Amino acid sequence: MTEVIELSGVTKMYPGGVTAVRSVDLAVEYGELVAIVGPSGSGKSTMLHLIGTLDRPSRGTVRIDGHDVATLSDRQLSALRARRIGFVFQQFHLAPGRSAVANVADGLLYAGVPRKEREWRAEAALVRVGLGDRLTHRPHQLSGGERQRVAIARAVAGDPAVLLADEPTGNLDSVSGAGVVELLRELNDAGTTVLVITHDHEIADSLPRQVPMRDGEVIRDVGYVA
Amino acid sequence: MSDMSLKSARLRGPDLLRLGGTGLRARPLRAVLSALGIAIGIAAMTAVVGISASSQADLDRALAALGTNMLTASPGQTMFGKTATLPDDSVAMVRRIGPVLSATATGSLDRVHVYRTDKIPSGQTGGIGVLAAQLDLLKTVGAKLSSGTWLNAATARYPAVVLGYDTARRLGNVPAVWLAGRWWTVIGVLNKVPLAPELDSAVLVGWSAAGTYLGFDGHPTTLYTRSVESQVEAVRAVLAATANPENPNEVKVSKPSDALAAKRTTNATFTALLLGLGAVALLVGGIGVANTMVISVLERRGEIGLRRSLGATKGQIRVQFLTEALLLSLLGGAGGVLLGYLVTGAYSTTQGWPTVVPLWALAGGVGATVVIGAVAGLYPAIRAARLAPTEALAAA
Repeated sequence: MTEVIELSGVTKMYPGGVTAVRSVDLAVEYGELVAIVGPSGSGKSTMLHLIGTLDRPSRGTVRIDGHDVATLSDRQLSALRARRIGFVFQQFHLAPGRSAVANVADGLLYAGVPRKEREWRAEAALVRVGLGDRLTHRPHQLSGGERQRVAIARAVAGDPAVLLADEPTGNLDSVSGAGVVELLRELNDAGTTVLVITHDHEIADSLPRQVPMRDGEVIRDVGYVA
Repeated sequence: MSDMSLKSARLRGPDLLRLGGTGLRARPLRAVLSALGIAIGIAAMTAVVGISASSQADLDRALAALGTNMLTASPGQTMFGKTATLPDDSVAMVRRIGPVLSATATGSLDRVHVYRTDKIPSGQTGGIGVLAAQLDLLKTVGAKLSSGTWLNAATARYPAVVLGYDTARRLGNVPAVWLAGRWWTVIGVLNKVPLAPELDSAVLVGWSAAGTYLGFDGHPTTLYTRSVESQVEAVRAVLAATANPENPNEVKVSKPSDALAAKRTTNATFTALLLGLGAVALLVGGIGVANTMVISVLERRGEIGLRRSLGATKGQIRVQFLTEALLLSLLGGAGGVLLGYLVTGAYSTTQGWPTVVPLWALAGGVGATVVIGAVAGLYPAIRAARLAPTEALAAA
């Protein structure tokens, strides 16, 4: 099996009768770089939550890195997130007043990595995203693009099977945004599976594969090779 | 796919402490203010216990200096309700009890009154008692002269008086007092006598002068003894029967050092009241911590969502916020214990007492804050852990 993400017949309904995602089938292989693209309300955020194991489907199965999410307990899902999934959010979610290294090291806390190792792995990750000279800077001392790079470093420091980026350029100007996309591409070249969720077709079209969504359904899957 | 087992990693102790401290470091003023409530409660309770313990230590020190081997015997009531007397030779009989080191007596002259001058109307007695005293009284009750001299074999036969401490303050610095129609020369003034406070408000005259000038019948009314420390209880058992062999039931035996100790412990209700106030302050402080934690959880939903996405289990979120509440109240508890100790030290220094804060009070203060922190932090921590990750992230 070579799929890191495997959704089959996945439906997510919220209380009150809203169906956010309807009968979605999706397979992403290791090493892919995929964009899930759609306007707001298309269900792409719910897709992020389902793929990121932050939420469970109402129907259908979600398999991440070979694990059927439905069979896992909260603790097991947490362990799966800690070791196999990296998240990047539109709002960065960096702790104010803490250095870049401390923020990135926090990403390894729940994987049971000892403190010293967390720190040098955090430094290595920051060097990898091009922030080797910003190790001790705090979030307010960094530009938006640099903050998102710190967040990406945090997501990849634990060497996850898949990196989920939710509107990673949403809070950035176009130059910084292009830089972040370029970084994600580089990480993908180095072997990381990357899934970008975006409403921006320009960004989506620059990636090898697009999964357009509307009204909770995948319209067509462009570039799917399997 | 990976074949690793999905076991969530345990948070190590130092990591947990650091996690619990992040919230406090992010908002130090709020942390200090909410810890202050706890600190005031703990400080109040520590100070109350400390001050009462210091007072007790001072009493123990005083009693050690005064001695706890003094017993007094005085006549009670007869079976028919009249005031009884002690036999004339009771002092001599008591002296013959083996462990008794010394025995002496005073005789109350309740029909005569002392006045500052002969001009004062006879009704204004001023509540000053007149006592006939034996010459070895001072040694036995542990009294000291503040000025002048004590009665001696000569002055005890003539109109000479020694004033008790309070009597001297009431009458003023007089060379002589008016007693039973004649002037009596003041030859000395006593200091306070803690073990025989009845002497403080008395005028002491010689045993034989009392017989000669004041119609004293020679019956002792209070008998003072000192015994070998280890035998005090044994002496106490036989004192009544020895002092008055015919009617031992008419003799009241007491131990003044016990009465002194009892007088200090009558403050217990006051102490309990203050402790109660401290407990209320502690409760309010605990509610303050709970309030702070509830707000903190609301404000930090984004952080909770992020940590869940980084792989924190519900239990790890819960324990993070619980640790934060515990640290907050421990901060208050430690500050409170320190503050309470300082207050105790300052108060007991002004009173001339030794500063004593019992270890159990310090340990109890810190222990109480741990309990309060746990109780106050539990509900907010459970709420934080129950928050769905998607909801937490959406709220940020």
